[in-house]
Amino acid sequence: VAAAESYPEELLYHAEHDWARIEGDEAVLGITWYAADALGELVHYEPPDEGATVSKDQSYGEVESVKAVSDLISPLSGEVVEVNQKVVDAPETVNEDPYGEGWLIRIRLSNPSERDGLLDVAAYRSLLEAQ
Amino acid sequence: VQTLRRTPLYEKHVAAGARMVPFAGWEMPVQYTGVIPEHKAVRTDAGVFDVSHMGELEVEGPTAHELLQQRLSNDIAKVTPGEAQYTLITNEDGGVIDDLIVYRLDEHRYLLVVNASNRETDFDWLKEHELRGSDVRDVSDEYALLAVQGPRALERLGLPKARAFTWEMTSLDGIEVMVYRTGYTGEEGVELACMEEDAPALWDFVVGRGVTPCGLGARDTLRLEVCYPLHGNDIGPQWDAISSGLGWVCALDTGFTGAERLREIKERGPERRLVAFRMIEKAIPRQGMAIERGGEVTSGSLSPMLDVGIGLAYVPAGESAPGSEVVVDVRGKPRRAEVVKKPIYKREET
Repeated sequence: VAAAESYPEELLYHAEHDWARIEGDEAVLGITWYAADALGELVHYEPPDEGATVSKDQSYGEVESVKAVSDLISPLSGEVVEVNQKVVDAPETVNEDPYGEGWLIRIRLSNPSERDGLLDVAAYRSLLEAQ
Repeated sequence: VQTLRRTPLYEKHVAAGARMVPFAGWEMPVQYTGVIPEHKAVRTDAGVFDVSHMGELEVEGPTAHELLQQRLSNDIAKVTPGEAQYTLITNEDGGVIDDLIVYRLDEHRYLLVVNASNRETDFDWLKEHELRGSDVRDVSDEYALLAVQGPRALERLGLPKARAFTWEMTSLDGIEVMVYRTGYTGEEGVELACMEEDAPALWDFVVGRGVTPCGLGARDTLRLEVCYPLHGNDIGPQWDAISSGLGWVCALDTGFTGAERLREIKERGPERRLVAFRMIEKAIPRQGMAIERGGEVTSGSLSPMLDVGIGLAYVPAGESAPGSEVVVDVRGKPRRAEVVKKPIYKREET
């Protein structure tokens, strides 16, 4: 069952509808409820390899619904330390819990100051309202 | 600015929470709750699709039969009043201008239900070749069309079983409808044509019988699982009917437009063929993806019933036999797939 619309206060957001939860020198990344809803039920997750480098504003993988493919845009730069295998096996987890069980990758940050360029929840919500 | 047209059921779709998208010049529902649940509703119970965007052309007169025998690929002589037939409009090269279903209304009157995007092309083509004693009219705006499909469709509507590719007039909840025993899902079911102004009441009746509203998204995945080609994706004027696997609807001895060319292709054997495939490796094929060693995916999706990537593709004839392995270029990554027999999904016989 798809989750209800929400945008947690404690996350940082990227305009391409991705979120980051910073935990020390690492960050957990995922896509927002808005992105998951727009795509519809996810049926495929093409993750990066563990150890790969991801760059801010660049694609690090793909998610697909029956009808659409979407690039995953990294809000921050770093090295992939973990891929959420649960989403590889059951991509619909992202629709059910986009900010919890539906996280996509964990990275070790290479440039922590990049966080200053991300949106807080208020800025992300006003971006959604403008669409 | 081209404005999008709306079917008489537009308000019903919006009220039901549909996501509306542009399709062939129309604003149509792509989904209500989701492609996968709608798809499964049709495979296990019953679903209803608004297909009022499709075109309806009427051909009438003492020479209507002759006109259609010349311009349609299948043998119209096999269709008696009350029956219907799947057929093609082909060009001189045997390319597929459109695929359609022709219903014989009475001795000298036929109804052609054609793809929305080809309505004008088909009309112009037939009009151009009109014979003395045949009249071609575009009656699309007079009718609404609902497809009600699924193993429980007849039971939910209270309709008796009937032979596929026949039609009859009946009344449903006081509404006059033409019941066509045809569909695009591979399931038992009907298509219901009614006057445009009756469409909202007919929709309410059908949905009130517990039939699930379904959008174009599920319509596409349902037809792909059973390998019904989609004009504009899998078939078109650039591919001849033999290569497209539609030789079975080409009665070459009737002398229709393109028949000679198709006979040559059939005798020589086509260079490539439209085949069905399923992915061996985990990936979802999409329209336009290249097949290594030649060929192209023309339709691709995840199969909701099989939970695997499936598609239709043109491949070299030598690699078109079921069991052949092909490699799909999935955005730069090679992914293995196997050519399979059509249909890809077959309902279990009970």
